[in-house]
Amino acid sequence: MASQILRRVAQSNSSGILSSPANHHHSSFLPALIRTFSSTTPITATLFPGDGIGPEIAESVKQVFKAADVPVEWEEHYVGTEIDPRTQSFLTWESLESVRRNRVGLKGPMATPIGKGHRSLNLTLRKELNLYANVRPCYSLPGYKTRYDDVNLVTIRENTEGEYSGLEHQVVRGVVESLKIITRTASLRVAEYAFHYAKANGRERVSAIHKANIMQKTDGLFLKCCREVAEKYPEITYEEVIIDNCCMMLVKNPALFDVLVMPNLYGDIISDLCAGLVGGLGLTPSCNIGEGGIALAEAVHGSAPDIAGKNMANPTALLLSSVMMLRHLNITDKADRIQNAIISTIAEGKHRTADLGGSSSTTDFTNAICDNL
Amino acid sequence: MARRSVARSLLNNLLSNKLEPCSRITASRSVTYMPRPGDGAPRAVTLIPGDGIGPLVTEAVEQVMTAMHAPVYFEKYDIRGDMKQVPQEVIDSIRRNKVCLKGGLKTPVGGGVSSLNVQLRKELDLYASLVHCSNLPGLPTRHENVDIVVIRENTEGEYSGLEHEVVPGVVESLKVITKFCSERVAQYAFEYAYLNNRKKVTAVHKANIMKLADGLFLESCREVATKYPGIKYNEIIVDNCCMQLVSKPDQFDVMVTPNLYGNLVANTAAGIAGGTGFMPGGNVGAGHAIFEQGASSGNVGNEKLLDQKKANPVALLFSSAMMLRHLQFPSFADRLETAVKRVITEGKHRTKDLGGHNTTQEVVDAVIAVLD
Repeated sequence: MASQILRRVAQSNSSGILSSPANHHHSSFLPALIRTFSSTTPITATLFPGDGIGPEIAESVKQVFKAADVPVEWEEHYVGTEIDPRTQSFLTWESLESVRRNRVGLKGPMATPIGKGHRSLNLTLRKELNLYANVRPCYSLPGYKTRYDDVNLVTIRENTEGEYSGLEHQVVRGVVESLKIITRTASLRVAEYAFHYAKANGRERVSAIHKANIMQKTDGLFLKCCREVAEKYPEITYEEVIIDNCCMMLVKNPALFDVLVMPNLYGDIISDLCAGLVGGLGLTPSCNIGEGGIALAEAVHGSAPDIAGKNMANPTALLLSSVMMLRHLNITDKADRIQNAIISTIAEGKHRTADLGGSSSTTDFTNAICDNL
Repeated sequence: MARRSVARSLLNNLLSNKLEPCSRITASRSVTYMPRPGDGAPRAVTLIPGDGIGPLVTEAVEQVMTAMHAPVYFEKYDIRGDMKQVPQEVIDSIRRNKVCLKGGLKTPVGGGVSSLNVQLRKELDLYASLVHCSNLPGLPTRHENVDIVVIRENTEGEYSGLEHEVVPGVVESLKVITKFCSERVAQYAFEYAYLNNRKKVTAVHKANIMKLADGLFLESCREVATKYPGIKYNEIIVDNCCMQLVSKPDQFDVMVTPNLYGNLVANTAAGIAGGTGFMPGGNVGAGHAIFEQGASSGNVGNEKLLDQKKANPVALLFSSAMMLRHLQFPSFADRLETAVKRVITEGKHRTKDLGGHNTTQEVVDAVIAVLD
């Protein structure tokens, strides 16, 4: 099995995680290690402000980073107004090259223009940058009360295959087939990342979510890959939970879970469910990990065109995502400072944007965070 | 919104009249049910205890039925979850009796055995699965005003069981959606809403990604919706749906979904309403019906519950009340439900999932004691 993987990796041109079991810790972080070595020289990161409220919350991020003295220089790229033939979408080749070069990026909300003849923006990013894992930490924000107070979990979702392969066809009139694909390489990749993330962030348990009692071969393969990776990390507890049981346990007692790793569809549903537990998409950070250690942090909420330009938007999601980006770059002290500032500002309750029930503007909220640094 | 204020004024009325606690829960029936001569003859019902905690909870139902002298007698069949297929005699019995009560069949994970639950559904063409999730008085939950019925397509979709390995390390699974199946489950959902005085039907889908498959499902739902102009219809994407369920569950009434999403949504809804130990449900087809615990989660094989005999029988008791109504014995169903609700409200007999220490038998005894 290992030789098969090596052969396949040698054939494809992707570097990194699967080069050899012994190296997997280091290969994805080599770029980051080089960075932290010279932490005073600024790191260039690509920034996609996005549409709607995107530019305002991107400004917030820039302001907070400057106040915290973070050694990051932004390279801004905007979604074009015409289709770039090289990428078949509104994102230009230069933007993608910039992310590939800088290895980190931050993306605001992008509204996918409706129409045919082009790929959706998220799909373009995913395919071109080979973003295979979507990581969403969900924790209850002290000071923002929801019905759940003790949520502290991370959902890691396989992002490239599974049910979202887009392979559907009509067999005859009234009968449609859709293919769900699970491969060993993709499952191993995401499982490796999940365990590595758990170890790097001091998490004790990884749960694989599946429906292998019904979908025996597909989810069975996913589970086999997770088990193989689990053996390499004996200090981390590994368990398997069936998806319907998992949903029920999440809404009754979310403290039971720590790190969750799942295939694409379940991941989509469970990560949104967890976002709902802590207060919605406006407060949830997210980060996409690609081959070779590329990290693209993003805000998963929509572009909210109705409040665009009114200085009402809540920048928390994008700020927390930028904190995730900093952690990926191993600039953990600044990341902690900014995260604590955000949490204490929300906890104080004096400055809250409209969606959290307050009446502060975006700039007031951002200034409060800078003060709390 | 209107429903809540109506309920509140009704409650105020009842409270101000200082009615007995028992009738406050029933809201006394003024409708008399006039049976046909011979309707009181005992009906045969197939009983499948199953494995794990199944036998415990079906035994509970049998005891309560006997205590009520309900005109129902059970034909018991022993099946275990790891058998290769359902024995022909069981299927014949269900075909004959038309109604079945099932404890729980545990499907082994990842093995070569196809699920017996799925097999039963396919053989008998039970195309709709129903779970009724609602708050029970006396049951502490984080969410109020939950009253959701999830109707799920039961035969196709992701659970078609058509998988194969393309090359070593690459596996494909087929998800099949047909107009025929989507239409009939949408038809059942709207009919259920109409007959049970429900105001809204919501279709759950992921058609922005799976455009053809879920698109076909949505098309069928929309067509059926036009035939019921009195019932509101809307659509929601499944990840947004789960998020809304945990934050604002009172916006949902009846939900109709394809197979996989239905499983997740039903379990989530059951979780927010108090747990799968309390929600009744069943599978229904054109000719047959199997009643079982509503949203089944992994507890069927839970060894600890089995040893200490602390499984929660409430879900199956409510399901058997649904079964009694299906068999047209409404007053027995009412008596059973009232008794169970009273035991839960009193809160003196609670099984482990409620944080209590009582065994199944103690709960059953309490229910029998308050039967009137």
